[in-house]
Amino acid sequence: MTQTSAPTAAVPEVEVGQRRRLADRDGLLAWVFLLPSVIYIVALAAIPFFLAIAFSFSDVTAGDPSFDWVGLRNYARVFDDPVFWQSLRNTVIFTAISMLLIVLLGKILANVLIADFRGKWLVRFLVLLPWTTPVALSTIAWLWLLDSVFSPIDWVLREVGVIDANMYWLGEPDLAIASVILVHVWRLVPLAAVIMMAGLVAIPRDVQEAAEVDGAGFWRRMFEITIPLTMPIIAVAALFGAILTFTDMTVVYVLTRGGPTNSTQVLASWAFFRGIEGGDVGQGAAIALFLFPLLLAAAVAILRSVRRMEVT
Amino acid sequence: MRAAEVERMRRQARRRHIASRVTVYVLAAMAALFAAGPFLWAAITAFKENRDLYRRDNNPFIFNLAPTREHVDYLFTSTDFPTFVWNTLWVGLLVTAITLGLGLPAAYSLARLDRPWSGPMAIAIFFVYLVPPTLLFLSLSRVVVAAGLQDKTWALILVYPTITIPVSVWLLMGFLRAIPKDIEEQAMVDGYSRLGAFARIVLPLVFPGIVAVVVFAFTLTASEFIYALAFVSPTTEKPISTGVPTALVRGDVFFWQSLQAATVLVAVPIALVFNLFLNRFIAGFTMGAVKG
Repeated sequence: MTQTSAPTAAVPEVEVGQRRRLADRDGLLAWVFLLPSVIYIVALAAIPFFLAIAFSFSDVTAGDPSFDWVGLRNYARVFDDPVFWQSLRNTVIFTAISMLLIVLLGKILANVLIADFRGKWLVRFLVLLPWTTPVALSTIAWLWLLDSVFSPIDWVLREVGVIDANMYWLGEPDLAIASVILVHVWRLVPLAAVIMMAGLVAIPRDVQEAAEVDGAGFWRRMFEITIPLTMPIIAVAALFGAILTFTDMTVVYVLTRGGPTNSTQVLASWAFFRGIEGGDVGQGAAIALFLFPLLLAAAVAILRSVRRMEVT
Repeated sequence: MRAAEVERMRRQARRRHIASRVTVYVLAAMAALFAAGPFLWAAITAFKENRDLYRRDNNPFIFNLAPTREHVDYLFTSTDFPTFVWNTLWVGLLVTAITLGLGLPAAYSLARLDRPWSGPMAIAIFFVYLVPPTLLFLSLSRVVVAAGLQDKTWALILVYPTITIPVSVWLLMGFLRAIPKDIEEQAMVDGYSRLGAFARIVLPLVFPGIVAVVVFAFTLTASEFIYALAFVSPTTEKPISTGVPTALVRGDVFFWQSLQAATVLVAVPIALVFNLFLNRFIAGFTMGAVKG
């Protein structure tokens, strides 16, 4: 890439020696290689993070970007707002239910995808579509699939005779919540499956074979060998699913915009509506910061799972 | 063991084998249908005439009237869709270049140069990947304004590497660890410096990892939504993820066929490329995670 080594010919002997010594000093090289990334991340992730905390104690708005300390006023106003509590509850509910379904379906899918069968390439391609497609676009496909008048799901249900009138998937609070969860699960199961495939591939074959020779059936092997051995990586998949669910606002933004009457509002979307569309940066930042404790807990849990993986 | 018993066991094994085959195929078919169903429906929609689409009684899964290309043509000729694609492509390419330029040396430093701080630093960088845009977009929008990049695609090029660098460093560490250390040591014995061994020996060997990172970084960039929504509002500067949802909705009127055509046209190529490298991702992820 951009690093060129000292050309060995045509350069005076002494200079080569000096450069060689510099380029051989691992300690220096380690820093030189690492620093650009660290500076970039500190400048555009760490500093903005502390800036966000500062904003949550300020009266910064879109119209008035000057910074004045207002103490806990933003938090007080956020706590007085029932929509905030609704968003917090929704975030937790969406994450918990999605995570359960994602782990369950992802586990099944991972087992299917590592099996050998004809047309595997096509199945993999189709199964990965939800994950590789930009989420805003795939959510648009769902928006149309859940259309209040022309939904093909309703058409099938009408034809079968289960319902007479349409379901209004995104218009009824309960159905809207179910729809948002459905889209999250649909989108993240492939990711969970890929992570779990990595875990399954890593199990030594002889362990499986030995158990099979000993007469252990599929379920027995599944619950006594595969699942215990891949538990840490299942945990990682679950936590990734959780993080991507509770920090995301795309599905809610495109599908329901938090409606009907904020019944699908989540912290991320509420922070966006408040902070960008409403222009109240201080309150938006205060709302968004509530993601952080959840995030930290998940991150620590991931780390511990990965640590356990090293032991096995 | 008696012959009859052996025969019985063999038959039982075969039955079990057939049952497991059938299960695999049924589950695979169901998974494929569930995952790709919305895209299939989108693809059918894209070629429907309005009169066919907007009738509640029509079977939505078949063409009751002859398919039409009208809406796909509309997408390319009368909307900014080509601009969105173009924006996404060049933002993605630049971000990927920045990611590799910064991430590859960083990954090498963490995976190979064995400093005492390598482990904690690798974990710190991994944590940055977990910090979501939804936590930072408000303060970053101030940074973007201060840098004079508001409403320009450059804002996205500036900000996206904060998402792609951490994940790429993590992936590349996995690939780098898979290369035997002896190879570099041998190269250094042969007279290369550490830097020379990195450039001439390690870089070519880690090429599959580089390709994986290119695909991964590009996909992440193309999917990102909230930064694009918060930082860039002029239509001509938008990438596909925010451009498509806004440009094909006029007030409350959705141009459904064109919207769905756009979805499928973007989804399929990305998924195809991704699939080519799936096994490498799995390998890279395991190595990065398990040995991290």
